[in-house]
Amino acid sequence: MSSRPITEDDLNGLLDGTLDPHRHAEVSAYLDAHPDVARRITLYGEQRDMLRSAFAPVIEEPVPSELSLLRMIEDRRRARPTPRWAIAAAAVLLVCAGGLGGWSLRGMGLPAAAGVQALAREATTSFSVYAPDDIHPVEVRAEERDALQRWTTIRIGRPVAIPDLTAAGYRFMGGRVVATEHGPAAMYMYDDDRGTRLVMLVRPMQADPKAPMVLHVQGNVNSFSWADNGLGYSLAGAAPADRLHPLANEARRQVREEA
Amino acid sequence: MDQDMVRLIEPLIPALRRYARALMRERAAADDLVQDCLERAISRWHQRRHENDARAWIFTILHNLAMTRLRRAAQRPVHVALDDVDAAHLSHAASQEDGLRHRDLLAALAQLPDEQRTVLLLVTVEQLSYAETAQVLEVPIGTVMSRLSRARERLVRLMSAEPRAALSPPYLRSVK
Repeated sequence: MSSRPITEDDLNGLLDGTLDPHRHAEVSAYLDAHPDVARRITLYGEQRDMLRSAFAPVIEEPVPSELSLLRMIEDRRRARPTPRWAIAAAAVLLVCAGGLGGWSLRGMGLPAAAGVQALAREATTSFSVYAPDDIHPVEVRAEERDALQRWTTIRIGRPVAIPDLTAAGYRFMGGRVVATEHGPAAMYMYDDDRGTRLVMLVRPMQADPKAPMVLHVQGNVNSFSWADNGLGYSLAGAAPADRLHPLANEARRQVREEA
Repeated sequence: MDQDMVRLIEPLIPALRRYARALMRERAAADDLVQDCLERAISRWHQRRHENDARAWIFTILHNLAMTRLRRAAQRPVHVALDDVDAAHLSHAASQEDGLRHRDLLAALAQLPDEQRTVLLLVTVEQLSYAETAQVLEVPIGTVMSRLSRARERLVRLMSAEPRAALSPPYLRSVK
């Protein structure tokens, strides 16, 4: 008598314990006869055990008080007949919750609307738009450095130093004022002997007036951004991060020295 | 009736947090999701059809909320602090070696398409039955089975492939 053919579903069922004893025996016998398949199922079993143990610590954590079901039900019931003071209290709570919610979103998938993360995105955009431009990568060329500085000073509202990266092999090409979500920014461009370009973006920082240097990676563009004294700086390029990092450090050193 | 809800749902909260953490990866985002899920569950408890079991019912709510958020997040440039995503968050208690293996596992898991990752997590980690999983995902059981097969096969392949060869998404890392 030939039994029903063994299917992938049977193999999964064996792992997940859904087979009746008869089928279980049939599948086990099949695996004894087919070591290749048996090896694969062993790997699946290990994978399942690892997944369980990787996430097991979450179960052990005490449940945060915001997730207290009783309290949530209680709050909801109380909210029904709504005296005026309760509306006010709820409004205050909502504002707080909004703040906390926003805070809890820091660092996760959603991009921050302000601060050095936003600056990094803006520098990446400027790089992507202007660095490949063969006609007018910069509006004011390096020879007219003074004119560029007068222009950026007026638009930024304070003088913005132009770091010198010659020692690292990057020449200053010039710059322009560019638009960002947070107002005008000064954009400086540099290139090396092979024509590899870098962009430095500088603008005032309402959020994060002082921030340590962070690396931002978006597509193939790396950028290092930081903020000092109310001005944010971001050096962006298609160069590897370990090549860009010392340049950003050097730029920061010069800017601080000049300040 | 509320007591009923507390009795049935409260014991599931740690598991809801676990599934949320596996999907969102970051603790605050995951708990925020669970809170949203519980609020919805409270407001819809009375509409729940009692022939459906509470576990599949609430996992469906959580799953749908998670997918909406993940889709929304995918439409924006991603900006994840690597340190927050670290597997170390999940395995404080684990040995260092386990921690490293978990990290590779989570990196591989992250590369599965959502439809495979969710099936695998619901079946192996949450230990939902195939029927419950089908209910949560709102797909036929046959689809659950085929996604499960593909997920297991692919995860094994990813785990045995070159470690960390994969493309990393855009990220932000503190360097100083």
